[in-house]
Amino acid sequence: MTASTYKPPDYYLMDELLSDEHKMIRSSVRDWVNREVKPIIEEASQLNEPPTHLMETMGENGIFGPFIPEKYGGAGLDYISYGLIMQELERGDSAIRSAASVQSSLVMFPIYIFGSDAQKAQFLPRLAKGELTGCFGLTEPNHGSDPGNMITRIREKGDHFILDGAKLWITNSSIADIAMVWAKDEKGVVRGLIVEKGMEGFSAPETHDKWSLRASVTGELVFDGVKIPRKNLLPKAKGLRSPLMCLNSARYGIAWGVIGAASECYDTALRYSLQRKQFDRFIGSFQLQQKKLAEMLTEITKAQLLVWRLGELKNQGKETAQMVSMAKRNNVKMALDIAREARQIIGAMGITSNYPVMRHMMNLESVITYEGTHDIHLLITGHDITGIQAFK
Amino acid sequence: MSFKIVVLAKQVPDTRNVGKDAMKADGTVNRGALPAIFNPEDLQALEQALMVKDQVEDAEIIILTMGPPRAVEIIREALYRGATSGYLITDRKFAGSDTLATSYTLALAVKKIQPHLVIAGRQAIDGDTAQVGPQIAQKLGIPQVTYTEQILDVNLDELKIRRRLERGVEVVKCKTPLLITVHSSAAECRPRNAKLLMKYKHARSVSELQEESKDYTEMMTNKPYLRLEEWSVADLGADEEALGLSGSPTKVKKIENVVLAKKESVNLTTEDKDIDYLMKELIDSHVIG
Ligand SMILES: Cc1cc2nc3c(=O)[nH]c(=O)nc-3n(C[C@H](O)[C@H](O)[C@H](O)COP(=O)(O)OP(=O)(O)OC[C@H]3O[C@@H](n4cnc5c(N)ncnc54)[C@H](O)[C@@H]3O)c2cc1C
Repeated sequence: MTASTYKPPDYYLMDELLSDEHKMIRSSVRDWVNREVKPIIEEASQLNEPPTHLMETMGENGIFGPFIPEKYGGAGLDYISYGLIMQELERGDSAIRSAASVQSSLVMFPIYIFGSDAQKAQFLPRLAKGELTGCFGLTEPNHGSDPGNMITRIREKGDHFILDGAKLWITNSSIADIAMVWAKDEKGVVRGLIVEKGMEGFSAPETHDKWSLRASVTGELVFDGVKIPRKNLLPKAKGLRSPLMCLNSARYGIAWGVIGAASECYDTALRYSLQRKQFDRFIGSFQLQQKKLAEMLTEITKAQLLVWRLGELKNQGKETAQMVSMAKRNNVKMALDIAREARQIIGAMGITSNYPVMRHMMNLESVITYEGTHDIHLLITGHDITGIQAFK
Repeated sequence: MSFKIVVLAKQVPDTRNVGKDAMKADGTVNRGALPAIFNPEDLQALEQALMVKDQVEDAEIIILTMGPPRAVEIIREALYRGATSGYLITDRKFAGSDTLATSYTLALAVKKIQPHLVIAGRQAIDGDTAQVGPQIAQKLGIPQVTYTEQILDVNLDELKIRRRLERGVEVVKCKTPLLITVHSSAAECRPRNAKLLMKYKHARSVSELQEESKDYTEMMTNKPYLRLEEWSVADLGADEEALGLSGSPTKVKKIENVVLAKKESVNLTTEDKDIDYLMKELIDSHVIG
């Protein structure tokens, strides 16, 4: 195993709030990341060659669908465990966490919540094992923050549906075996359907030239009169609320996940500041650098408290989508700011792949945009507190 | 037929992190002061077994560990990483066993299971003898391959193995059943698996079940794999004379914590007199010659 010196900050003794089980789960995923992700991730990102083989090993290691019951191949864990798993994965790379978010929250979750028994039995165990890779298609070329105006459509034709339209910016699109696609029916109601690789008229080209999440596959889903059997329609998903519920679950994971990226940036910068000398002193001895480090730790500690409480509420079923928005928005910005500051502490070295910081920084530029942009989440809070929506 | 693998694993005091109170005044190891861990090379032995299980359809990994009741932690740890089941060999009568008595006991346990392959670590960090594995093979009358670095190929009747020797590597083939001991240069063990953690977190030994306040009866009936069996002297049909202190010719006189002080080091140059001095030292201390 790659020796790892990483020491995540725990300034407020948060570990005391975790059960032994939580800590064991966390250490199992941390070990997995040290072994499977750390040694390859810099190169995979530099070369823009996503380590897609990790899907299967993540499945073998129980990383997918932690909150799905064991009956369907999940681990039957609570939401704090889910958060801790995401945190460890994102310490490795946001791309790896993204793949896990999509698989667990955006594919397994809707099948579990809105699917028929047959759909659950057919797909969930194989998704949990990583034998099948899933993707989630909501965003369209002309409808990002505003998915309610999507133009992708299904129409009934005998015993099946015909699907037309296109989705863009879809994580894992070209490597997915199944796509969880959201489209409007003839009455204009958003429905969810499982589109399988190889269906006629369905293609999923990859989008290249990204500067962010370079270890993740992103692409399009194009539907040209795809014939979808009736059994592939999720019976219980009706209205935009359904995909938004999935996003809510994923956003919760992101709010935890980014703490992993931030912690690694902070830890790296702190170490560097105590090794690097300028003007005959460690750079960590200068007030300007100490200010940065002290503020980083303060922000990480606040973020940890936020998600821990949110996790408790989620375990009790008391969290709201608006609470999740607040945590996603706060924590992603926190992580991005820390990555940028940490990058500066490491100086020129900070722009290279000798340190994980610039990679995290570039990744987080996606994370602050996807799953609801930073602005949109603010509008959600604004709407919640004033009762006046300011989207349109 | 399933391919049966026994992994021998020992819980040891973590002698790599020795503090001030590691030794008792009488010169024995103060086990209480050192964290109990999975013997490192045994963990690597487990990884070899798991790699076989990855390749061979229908392979079964059975952990055998001998020690006090708390050594059941080793079995749980192995289950979290992919082992199939385990037995804890525990009995007060085993106390004080040296390598001879230990290998006698373990050989009896292995015989009960009749595996195709037995995998052990090369040595335990609390004794460093490297004797137990080979002694068991001898007692069972099966071939042994020591210093295994990797199992290269495996089928029901034969294994191909790379050994790490002092001056290089050697690739050997050996018929089953056989015993191998695993060298520290072998692959590190894979981490615990979150799903298996959930599956086995309530696995309990019979002694633990007796002590727990919670009633596990129903859980153990529904999930029999959570019940970890213990084997006593009687279960193994062992000869008491061959066990524990009476079966152990080794008498430990004293264990010392050796700290090399600076005064014991000398600086040598390439001058003839220094080289002569070094040669003499090496011969006197039997390092060479
Ligand atoms: C790497 C990556 C992976 C992704 N993976 C997926 C996936 O798997 N599945 C999926 O469906 N989607 C995915 N997305 C899409 C992502 O969810 C969208 O990019 C996001 O919702 C924003 O949409 P947009 O990019 O079209 O930006 P726009 O909606 O066009 O927004 C552009 C800017 O305008 C602002 N803005 C928009 N509306 C308002 C308003 N009312 N008031 C104020 N400001 C506003 C936004 O905040 C933003 O700053 C992914 C995106 C990326 C970058």
